[in-house]
Parts: sequence; structure tokens; C-alpha cells
Amino acid sequence: MNAPTTSVAPAAAPSSASVWRSQLGTYLGLMAVLAGMVALFSSLSEYFWSAETFITIANEIPALAVMAVGMTFVLIIAGIDLSVGSVMALAAATSAAAILQWGWTVPAAAALALATGLVCGTITGAISVAWRLPSFIVSLGMLEAVRGSAYVVTDSRTQYVGDAISWLSAPFFGGISFAFLLAVVLVVVAQLVLSRTVFGRCVVGIGTNEEAMRLAGVDPRPIRVIVFAMTGLLAGLAGLMQSARLEAADPNAGTGMELQVIAAVVIGGTSLMGGRGSVINTAFGVLIIAVLEAGLAQVGASEPSKRIITGFVIVAAVIVDTLRQRRAAR
Amino acid sequence: MPSRSPAPQSPPLLAIQAVGKDYTATVLDGVNVELFAGEVLALTGENGAGKSTLSKILCGLEQPTRGGMQLAGQAYAPTSRRDAERHGVRMVMQELGLVPTLTVAENLLMGRLPHRLGWLQRDVLHTAARAQLAKIGLTSIDPATPVSQLGIGQQQMVEIARNLQDDTRILVLDEPTAMLTPRETNYLFEQIAHLTAKGVAIIYVSHRLEELRRIADRVAVLRDGRLVDVRPMAGMSEDDLVQRMVGRVVSDLDHRPRRPIGPVVMSAENLGRGTAVQDVSLELRAGEIFGIAGLVGSGRTELVRLLFGADRADRGSVTLHSEFEQKQGLALGGQALAATQNIAPPSSTARTIARGFASPLQAIAAGVGLVTEDRKSQGLLLSQPIRINATLSDLSAVSRGGWLQRGLESRLVQGFIRTLRVRCHGPEQPVGQLSGGNQQKVVFARWLHREGRVLLLDEPTRGVDVGARAELYGELDRMAAEGRALLMVSSDLRELMAMADRIGVMSAGRLVAVFERGEWSEQSLLAAAFSEPGGRTSTTPSTSSPVTA
Repeated sequence: MNAPTTSVAPAAAPSSASVWRSQLGTYLGLMAVLAGMVALFSSLSEYFWSAETFITIANEIPALAVMAVGMTFVLIIAGIDLSVGSVMALAAATSAAAILQWGWTVPAAAALALATGLVCGTITGAISVAWRLPSFIVSLGMLEAVRGSAYVVTDSRTQYVGDAISWLSAPFFGGISFAFLLAVVLVVVAQLVLSRTVFGRCVVGIGTNEEAMRLAGVDPRPIRVIVFAMTGLLAGLAGLMQSARLEAADPNAGTGMELQVIAAVVIGGTSLMGGRGSVINTAFGVLIIAVLEAGLAQVGASEPSKRIITGFVIVAAVIVDTLRQRRAAR
Repeated sequence: MPSRSPAPQSPPLLAIQAVGKDYTATVLDGVNVELFAGEVLALTGENGAGKSTLSKILCGLEQPTRGGMQLAGQAYAPTSRRDAERHGVRMVMQELGLVPTLTVAENLLMGRLPHRLGWLQRDVLHTAARAQLAKIGLTSIDPATPVSQLGIGQQQMVEIARNLQDDTRILVLDEPTAMLTPRETNYLFEQIAHLTAKGVAIIYVSHRLEELRRIADRVAVLRDGRLVDVRPMAGMSEDDLVQRMVGRVVSDLDHRPRRPIGPVVMSAENLGRGTAVQDVSLELRAGEIFGIAGLVGSGRTELVRLLFGADRADRGSVTLHSEFEQKQGLALGGQALAATQNIAPPSSTARTIARGFASPLQAIAAGVGLVTEDRKSQGLLLSQPIRINATLSDLSAVSRGGWLQRGLESRLVQGFIRTLRVRCHGPEQPVGQLSGGNQQKVVFARWLHREGRVLLLDEPTRGVDVGARAELYGELDRMAAEGRALLMVSSDLRELMAMADRIGVMSAGRLVAVFERGEWSEQSLLAAAFSEPGGRTSTTPSTSSPVTA
């Protein structure tokens, strides 16, 4: 097996370099959009260009970011998970109940929150795999059922946990929270898992052509379940981050957040049809949404106009990405 | 039929003038051809020679970068397939353009469905569809059948029927017989004769030289995007043609090396699933190529899927004999004969698996591989690079502890590209951009680096040109010489007779006969393929048991 590989090594170099260039190209596109938005808001509002703004943004996005990491994998495998917002709320609710009502220690309650997310995600994945149902339907059901559970656990009232776990989102290094750093680490690790591991390869393959993967000897079922389970786990983590930041578990938290998560992933260029996506780009998508939101707030846009503008930006971003992809495919 | 010649003095129906096409590279350059009414012009050449691009330009699917065309003296520059069809230029593509969820009738009359105030008129639709199907002898297909329920050969016939319309002036057929049985092919050729008699000009894209001899008046050969030659088919020998196509002499099917045959490595006993496959027993031996002939729909593909665990059998079993291949370390090249000689005598390690493998994963773990019939939908990740496709079935070989070793993978894939002579820009090119033959080589590569005992191949040379085909044959020979057992399904009897050591013939889900090399003839194989096993059990067991050597 070594014989044919010896003399071709030099030929491999240009191709991997071109991969890097195209990879960098996709990053540059989103970076340019992000920079453009920052420049625009900085010119519109004299307060926007300040460390304070950026620190605020950095401390608001971790929950969105970690859920978007999971969602990237879900979309690449040609699935969708609509339940992440509800799962986030339930995870926050169970940990709050554990601390306030059952007197659990904080680490135990945090573990419970993560376990809650993991179980929810596993249920979604396992049901859709076992009965071969579209994950859209299963996670739509979960969205309702899990939200209901969150009301049950909190008795439909916001549970104030106080500063028990606020260290997670407290300023820690130059105003940046531990949650933000954790989100950054997760993005990097997830990108490596996606592009450098056998698991990531299988995820991309299953999203591209599941039957071909099956005939190549890869059982898609456990991989699907794992992807949904990890997404649930990350939603659980997002729940912790959220209740740390707000010092409360609100059963209504994260309502509609699944759509924001999906928007961030799609802005990052991940295909809803599966088979293509990048976690790094998802992170840019998250930043774009966060900057847009913060910027519009600073220039004094009303809530309705904020939503209208955000809607247009999402579609515009995807149009630009689609055109770019088509040009690259030529 | 070749004696029929068009009046050369009449002005051409279509003139292609200095047409060229560039993508990132030039794929077509300076092509000049004239097409006359009532003739069949064969268009041939290796994969990647530019045949498909030229066809697509004719049919408006692509626009030329340079040059132009004239149709009956008028400038002709179709902007879309629809536009071309308005001019009477139609194409039957290699990739099926049927909507699988709609019925045969709806597909046939798509775009001009009979309706009253928007309501579909089913009886009118079905009558019209039946008439259209009858044109190519497809009377057995009910027009109300959803296309997804047809076999791929029948789908191809429906696709052809769809394009046999009255206003057609030029019909482009791209590898139309790749999946057809001899009988279906005959119907198609009859229909082509009817069309040319009416003055329709046919451009017939094919690799099958014996077919070109049957129906083509003239032949145009493309090589590397350039027109090498256009001349009357009469008087062209096969060697002439092949040499023009590849620009070098290729070893053809004759004089294949024969290999020593080892012991049985895998067998099936009374394997069956529904009515598609019934009571099939066969033995595959190390170093052997076992051919499977039969009509499309005779259960060949279904049998292969059962042997691989892609579908689960509901009757019978699969037995794996001796674990020899694990000690051996089959390498890419070399060690040809050594492989078959250190095989231990069939030992007591035989393992019988009731109802066959439970999944492809289990089959692959046991050293069984599959090259699927439909590489686009079942074999490849079209949008992904060659690198990813080539290593799919053995990711453990390119990873350590779950982490992919990019450098190792790249080097391995570079090696495949060289040994299999895959024409590509490099390992990062998406497989979807390659020609059919090169795509198939990538599928082969996937099984090359695995230590395997059995490789199942379903129509491995479908849509693969002559030059690439010879390379694939060489590859199959080499894999067999390494001691693998190969099972090869093919509709091309000539190919089977040249490659196989034994040929089993399927008919109506049963293995109706197994011939040893030397026992078969084209007639005997066809007779078996067309035989009706019938309901009586007494007709099958006598021939379906593996012949003892």
C-alpha cells in the first residue's frame, strides 16, 4: 500500500493549499459582512464603537452560540431540531428546582441540567430514527412537550436562583465571562470534530447521501441519535448559561429561540439540505445576529422595525451565500 | 442497415461550426460536424472526451463558448432545453429525468397533460401514454404505475418513449441501451429506423461498438474535446474505432489472463426474498470471477443486495468459509499468485448466517464489498471530493483514534488516482464533476485498499467508455488474482463471457443455470435468460445447484 504513495506527495501540496484558500474565502465573506455591519452601526451611533458594546455582545451570545454549534451538526445531517429553545428552558428549570426545592448542590444541579438536555435530545433522535420520522415533526412535538414540562417543573413561575451559578456568566477576564470562553472553545472543538474526525466525516456523508453511507458500511442510526443527543446536551448547557446570566429560570425562556439558532446556522452557510456546513461559519452567523440586534437597539430602532430588518438580513445573507456557492461550483 | 446512406448532396439539417466550450478548462474545441436528415450519426469517444458536452450544447442545456450552429440553414442557438425542443431537437439523457413519484403516463406527457378546466383527464392521458409506449414495444407497462416502481431499465425505456414525439427533427440518444435488454434494444433500433425513414436525424452517443455497427451511418470520434474523425461506419473495424478514440492501442477483452481458482470463500444456500429472489444457491471461490447474466428485472440486483446485507433475505442462508484472507494482507499490487497458494485448505471455520448478513456493516466486516448498480444515488457522495469518497468504506485506515489523518488520506488517495488513472484535477475535486468511468474508478478505489474476500459488482462498466473499461477489467483481473472472489452482474454478455470463469443466469428471481467457462455460448446464455422458470419446482433444482468442477 505504500508503493504508489511515494512519488505523489508533492502533488498533494497545491490541492490542500487550494482547500485552505477556499476555506478562508468562506470565512472572509462572513467576516466582511460582520465588519461592514460594525462599521455601519459605528457611523450611525457614536456609542456603538466601544469596548462596552462588544463585551455586552460577548456576554449575551454564549447560549445562542452553543445551541447553534449543535444545530450545525443537525442541519449537516439533513435534520432539524425545533425543540432547542424549550429544552434550554427545561434544563434551566430543573436545575433551579434542584437548588431551590430539593436542596441539591450547585454542581449536582448543573449536571442535572446537562442530563436533562441530553435526555431530551436523545429522545428526539431516537424516535426519529426508530420510526424513520422526519426530525422536523418529532422535534416539533418535543418543542411543545418540553415547554409544557418546563411549566410543570417551575409551577409556571419564574424561579429566582440568585447568584448560585452566576459565576458562569460573571465578568472574569477583562469583562468577558467564563460562558463566552466556553462557547469559543466549543466552537473550535466542534469544528475540529466535524472536519477532522471519523464521526464528523460520517455526519457529512450521511447528510450528503445516506444510502451510499449505509452501503459503505456506516450505520447512520447511532450517528443520528448522537447528533441530536449532543444538540440536546448543548441546549442544556445554554439553559445553565441563561439562568446564570439572568439569575433566574423562566419557563418562557427561549421561546422562538430555535428559529434564531437556525437563522444563525443558515447565515453561516450551512445547507438545510444537509451535507455542507461549518461550525466556524456558524459562529460568524451568531455574531452577525448579535451585532445586528445590539446595533439596531443602539440606533434606537423600535422592536417591530428590528424584527423586520432582521428578517431581511437573514434572507439576504443566504442569497449572498447561495450565489457564492454556485459560483464556486462552476 | 449501414448500407442506407443519406443523400450527401442535400444541405445538412444541422451544421455545427467551430463549437468550443470552456469551463475552468477547455472541454470542447473547434468541433465541426454536419448532420443530415434521415441519418444516424454515432458520436463516440472516451469518457471526458466531450460527447456529453456537445450533446448538451445541441439540446440547449449548455451554451457554447465559441462557434455556432445552424439548423436547416437558420442560426440555431438554443438557450434552454425547452427552446431546443421547440426547434424539434430532443435528447434522451443518461441521467434519467423522470419524476419518480408521478405515474408513467404523467411523465410521458409532462408539460402537455390533457385537461379540461385544469382537471386532469385520466382516460385521455392513459390512452395517449399507452400509444406512446407501444411505439417502443412497452405494452407490458401500465401507464398508471408510478415510475419509482419500475426497474431502472424500464425507466430508461420510458424516458426514451417520452422523447419520441412527432415534431422531432433531431433526436440525441446518450447511451440509451446502457440498461436495456437485447429485446428492448431491438425495439429501440426498430423505432430509430422508423424515425430516420421519416427524415429525423439521430445522434447516437454510445460506447458499444457492436451497436454502432448495427445502426450508425457515420461515426464521429471525439478525443480530448476535439473531433478526431468523421467517416462512414461501413468499413470501420472495431480496432480502427478504438484506436481513434484512445489514440493508442488498448488491450481488449480477448486473451484475459486465467487465474488459479481457490477454495470456496462464500456461498449462499436457498437464499430468497419475496418473489424477487427465490432459492438461489451459489458458491464463490477465491480467485474466481462469477458472472451473473439475466434480463433487467430478473432479480440480479436484488440477489446482490441480499448477498451484501443491503436487504435482508427472508429465507436461506449465507456461509463464509475459512478465514484465510485475514492472515494474508492483500496489498495493492504484486503478490498475485502467492495469494491463492497460501490459502489454507477449507477448514472448520465455516460460519453460516441464517438469512444472510443483517447489514452492509456486517458484510464489510466479513470482507465483502459492493459496487452498486446506480453509483450516483447509492455509491457516491457527489458533492464531496474524491478524497472523501475513496476512503468511505474504511475510515479506520485513514484515522487514528477517531481522528482523520489528512496527510495519510491525501497520499493514499493520490495513489489511487495514479494506479486507477482517474482523470481529475486532484483529490479535492467533487466526484460529481467527473465522468462516469472516472466516478466508477473512485468507487473501485474504496474497495481496493480493504482486505476483502468477496467483491460484488453490479453493472460495473455501465456508462464507462472503452479505454476506461479496459482499465477496469485489468483491475478486476488483478483483484481476482489476489485471491478475492468476484461476483459480477452485467447486461453485456460479451463482457461476461470474456471476464467470467463461470456464469450464472437469473430469470424471474431464480438462478436458472450455471455455466462453466467453455460450456457457454451467447445463444445458450440468452436462452437461459429468456427461459421461464415457471411455478413447477421440478424445473429449477437440476440446473441451479452449483456445478461441481
